[in-house]
Amino acid sequence: MDRVIFGDNQFFGVNHSSDEKSRAQALKFKDNQSIINVLNIAIDEGIHTFMCTTHDRIADICNTIRSDSRYKDFEIYPCMPYAHKYANAVTELGLISTIRQYVPGNIFSTFAKGGMAFVRKDFISMMELLIDAELKMFHGIATRVIFLQNVVTDMLLGLGTTDFLIAYYDYVRKKYNAEPGFITMNLPLLLNTLESRGIKNPTICASINKIGFRMSGGKELYEKIIAEKRCKLIAMQVFAAGTIPPKEALEYVCALDGIESILFGASSRTNIKNSKELIDLYSQKNEFIINP
Amino acid sequence: MVRTGIIGLGKMGISHCAILGAHPDVDLIAVCDASNLVIEGFKKYSKFECFKDYKKMIDQMNLDAVVIASPTNFHEEMVSFALDHHLHVFCEKPFSLDYQKGRLLASKARQLNLVNQVGFHNRFLGTFIEAKKVLKSNALGEIYHFLAESYGPVVLKEKGRTWRSDRLEGGGCLYDYASHTIDLLNFLLAKPVKVAGTQLKHIFSKDVEDAVYSSLFLETGTSGQLSVNWSDDTYRKMSTQITILGKKGKIIVDATELKIYLNEDDESSGLTKGWTINYITNLAEGVDFYLRGEEYSAQINYFVQCIETGDLNNKSSFENATETDEIIELLLEDNIK
Repeated sequence: MDRVIFGDNQFFGVNHSSDEKSRAQALKFKDNQSIINVLNIAIDEGIHTFMCTTHDRIADICNTIRSDSRYKDFEIYPCMPYAHKYANAVTELGLISTIRQYVPGNIFSTFAKGGMAFVRKDFISMMELLIDAELKMFHGIATRVIFLQNVVTDMLLGLGTTDFLIAYYDYVRKKYNAEPGFITMNLPLLLNTLESRGIKNPTICASINKIGFRMSGGKELYEKIIAEKRCKLIAMQVFAAGTIPPKEALEYVCALDGIESILFGASSRTNIKNSKELIDLYSQKNEFIINP
Repeated sequence: MVRTGIIGLGKMGISHCAILGAHPDVDLIAVCDASNLVIEGFKKYSKFECFKDYKKMIDQMNLDAVVIASPTNFHEEMVSFALDHHLHVFCEKPFSLDYQKGRLLASKARQLNLVNQVGFHNRFLGTFIEAKKVLKSNALGEIYHFLAESYGPVVLKEKGRTWRSDRLEGGGCLYDYASHTIDLLNFLLAKPVKVAGTQLKHIFSKDVEDAVYSSLFLETGTSGQLSVNWSDDTYRKMSTQITILGKKGKIIVDATELKIYLNEDDESSGLTKGWTINYITNLAEGVDFYLRGEEYSAQINYFVQCIETGDLNNKSSFENATETDEIIELLLEDNIK
């Protein structure tokens, strides 16, 4: 994985420290072209990987990326699913109708043979159908790593239904020939759980920042686990939703030996350029210290 | 270890289930849901004992506590049954469709010395907790107005039918969304006691309201506006914001930001003249397991801690929740007028 990965929260009005900023961002990125423009800036600044949720609007972005040769080296790491889509649907439609709406075809005829009885017995197949539905939009685009979004990862983790995490891992490798990744707010618990089920050195994206924001179990425990290098780690929320000044934030996270990549999102050329340069600078420094 | 069961595995029930499942002091041993599909799934993939009948679960599992996340119209009988079996109860919001019955359950829980809590998670959110502290210090001076708002994108089309679209089952924007907003006002300022000029608007739903607009009057004499709409897709998810105006300044608080404006320095709170902005990133207390927001884990941690220490002065008790239910009833009556 590249050292720097570009995120998509800013495009869809996700801001963890301000609902007001979220809405301002939603206004700014009303058109898909405005998203493409920012991606172009990121590419200019030497960023080649874009990590994005399977939001409806990403389908249009994918069409542009597919059709223009300038994106031939550009990679997308999808994160699925876009959870609010399902959460709102369950509130509005109920569970069964939500499945009906989002599983391709008619789930209840997909399993025509056994109908509902089959569905009941085979939730894993249903999950596989949902994965296929979510990933359809990326057809023909390089997706070396495919992530399971944190609400789903962490829910399965808490429920102790780890069969689904394992099934996800196996299915993504087998069907998509890609590395399965897990986004989580609970790095220590997730890593221990995956290892206990025989998965070694998994790809994990977790909240890691100087102030310990969304690092469940505490910063010290995270630092210990990072240093053990038991997983391929991507640090997200490194600025803690903009509350840590960029230099301080990136110096901290770049100095942690055991983090492979850093994920950040930004909207302006200045911010993208500054963050990329700071990561490059502090990462070199780190290498210099390790291998003088 | 607190031996716990869950009744209702919908959106909130499953979320509670994951949080309880990861809690070091909780032994989550049983779950119950009326849906075959859901129960078959849990039977096959989880380690919990699975039930379709909550009475059987309570009778057979020797529980200490139960979390109730069923549709609202079942709350009364389930809470009552659980209290009769001497269980500590965490019940989802809104508490009851009949506040008088709710009151009886509150006093029953108190008499039996059982921990009782309702899932108004905003009471456990860092920004709102900090706002309450500032208000308590009287930094804003005499409060003369408030605006309590919640908006989100739940019902955006004329279709769909679940228990949330049926008033008798506890559906509608008033029960589902506005209950949070009213409870938060009660938490931050004071108990609302009177309503006027209520408009319950149908936007897409036939049987329930999609928006609630009204004037509320608190027991302190302060009045203000309530504005709630669950058919607003300019919001990505439910957003609740409370604006409070006092003679010495103003507070605007939501789940992520606390903005305070003072027209003079205030010694008691240490706040200075002008705007002071604080974010949830600084105000949230870390949790050991995170799902969807620190407040969801924090409210469960608190419930468990109350059971362990025998603390019966709950921050979000049945009694508090009944006060919200009473206002909901007043809003319904006022709308008919």
